[in-house]
Amino acid sequence: MQATSLAFEEQAKIALANPALQDALGKIKTGWQANRTMAAAALPEFEALRDRGRAIKNHTLEHLDLYLEMFEEKVTAQGGHVHYARDAAEARQIVLDLCRTAEARSVTKSKSMVAEEIGINEYLEANGIERIETDLGEYIIQLRKERPSHLVGPAAHLTKDQVSDTFHEHHKTPRLEDPTALVGEARRVLRQKYFEADVGITGANFLVADTGSFVTVTNEGNAELTQGLPRTHVVITSIEKLVPTMDDAFTLLRLLARSATGQEFSSYTTVMTGPRRTDDLDGPENLHIVLVDNGRTKMLGTAFQEMLRCIRCGACMNHCPVYLAAGGHAYGWVYVGPMGSVLTPQFAGIENTRTLPNASTFCGKCEEVCPVRIPLPKLMRHWREVEFDRKLTPPTARYGLRVWGFFAQRPALYRLATRLAIGVLGLLGKKNGRLRRLPLAGGWTVSRDLPAPTGTTFMSAYKKSGARVS
Amino acid sequence: MSDGREALLGRVKQALGRTPDEEVRARDRVRAWAAESRTAFVPARGQLVPEDRIGLFVEYARAVQTEVERVSGPAAIPGVVSRYLRRHNLPQKLVMAPDPALDEADWSSQPLLRITRGTADDSDQTGLTLATAGVAETGTVLIASGALRPTLLAYLPENCIVVLPTDRIVGGYEQAIGLHQEEIGELPRSLNFITGPSRTGDIAQKLELGAHGPRRLFVVLVDPEADGSGPGA
Repeated sequence: MQATSLAFEEQAKIALANPALQDALGKIKTGWQANRTMAAAALPEFEALRDRGRAIKNHTLEHLDLYLEMFEEKVTAQGGHVHYARDAAEARQIVLDLCRTAEARSVTKSKSMVAEEIGINEYLEANGIERIETDLGEYIIQLRKERPSHLVGPAAHLTKDQVSDTFHEHHKTPRLEDPTALVGEARRVLRQKYFEADVGITGANFLVADTGSFVTVTNEGNAELTQGLPRTHVVITSIEKLVPTMDDAFTLLRLLARSATGQEFSSYTTVMTGPRRTDDLDGPENLHIVLVDNGRTKMLGTAFQEMLRCIRCGACMNHCPVYLAAGGHAYGWVYVGPMGSVLTPQFAGIENTRTLPNASTFCGKCEEVCPVRIPLPKLMRHWREVEFDRKLTPPTARYGLRVWGFFAQRPALYRLATRLAIGVLGLLGKKNGRLRRLPLAGGWTVSRDLPAPTGTTFMSAYKKSGARVS
Repeated sequence: MSDGREALLGRVKQALGRTPDEEVRARDRVRAWAAESRTAFVPARGQLVPEDRIGLFVEYARAVQTEVERVSGPAAIPGVVSRYLRRHNLPQKLVMAPDPALDEADWSSQPLLRITRGTADDSDQTGLTLATAGVAETGTVLIASGALRPTLLAYLPENCIVVLPTDRIVGGYEQAIGLHQEEIGELPRSLNFITGPSRTGDIAQKLELGAHGPRRLFVVLVDPEADGSGPGA
């Protein structure tokens, strides 16, 4: 999948001028963001659970090979199959082969970001297999031929009116205004599809090594119908979803819903272990779990290993001033917001995505709310360093940094220059107390004035105060 | 694909780069972890005396639109179920888990109620099944799949009724799984933790119930029959 992240600035500009999108994004603040704050406050152990969550993930990653082997052994013993995919192409091929073996004409799918990442959607369709998204948000964007704009709410960028239009157009039914009626219509349309599907594809939120189990979390109940009705269940997931034990999975599950939507627990948390048992009355007969690497092992043992702790809750984007202004599509690939700004360069190449680690004010809110305490700003800064080292930074910025570096390494000169600048700026803004325009900083002053400096430089003020203290 | 397997595991091992000595220690740490994490991080919230646990369960369940009614003894279940169906203008018709534990209730006491046993299909409007446990921490029911408890009962019909004996309400999820393990000994194909009816916020973040799964969830709490000596024990 081609990333359009280099056009972040243009895409963000279009997003800012889109009133429907701004309306939709505004709801995240009063909804998920506010709800998370309340849910975290309502559980006294929340901060301790975050520490434990980080420890669980760190321990798993440091012993990932051992836990992968353990997981595979358990799954196999229960009659399931584990497949390993080194990259997206290999993963697509494995999934297609599994669908062909099942003689699948139609496939239902519940939300999986890894499936999105490997581009399975287009691939199945190109190979003549009908694919139906069952998560309501995913279904809406499938009809609109769009990408998800949010980890948890793929259609978070749309208003109710846009959904009304989309359903009216695609279902050839009278245009519905009432959200309850819209949900009812989607339920009716999708219900039949569950029964027709030959294969059900889901993701997994967690894989439990010592039992060979895997866990899905939904609010709609679509994952259970997706895997529960067809004869074959294919799980598309990635290697960092492993945790050692069931207890570890539930520690992280306590963090997931609260961080994502502010719910105490999502409506449906399902722990599956192996395929249908001989005397079971329902459930899939064939179980295949596809473990995708696609660049993750390259992050192991590097500074980016910390990113592999991510449990895909979306809290970082729900609290990000850049995401809340620009929306998810501006990021130009599957993963969006702060976590996307760290992951996308890894998957799509920093040369195609160098704008993303720069699409941040470094306010630090993402790290503050991350349930597994990923230092997202630090990791974005790492990417900026890689960008600079590989000379991907635009010439003006490089030149600017070099000029700044020249002065910064010569303190006397730096102090002189700042004293001069402050003097000149103070003089220029003396009349109004502010400056309306600045050379080379038009982007900054286009929407606000710069207060004119009135005092002296920081360094001389500091020296003065120091003299007084001593 | 075995070549993918070797290559992928090889990449992981290479990235982690352990010496043979470190390898031994790593395996020890993995063994120690499994033993240590048994002392789980279960929040204090649900760790209460039984009656308070039941109260907490009801409070959290109702907060997520679960209807809860408490009855004394299995004999009272059919009446409550029939009244529930009437209250929501639903036909007096059920598909019910084949679990013999449900036969303790005298279903013939509700002659209008038509009952089939087995798993649900698309034509069923109301399913009834039996919970393995209730989790007080968040008002969650655990349904473990098996020959006597098909999973689709709780997902396909628009109305889901779950029978939960009050002495099976525990504090946390781990304890609920523990209860299943004590009795059955192995994990079922599917452990379904259900917290309220199906919902979605995918249309402009407005909460709507009944996205794919049930629009309504009704939990019937059943107190063990007191031996003529009043409630409690």
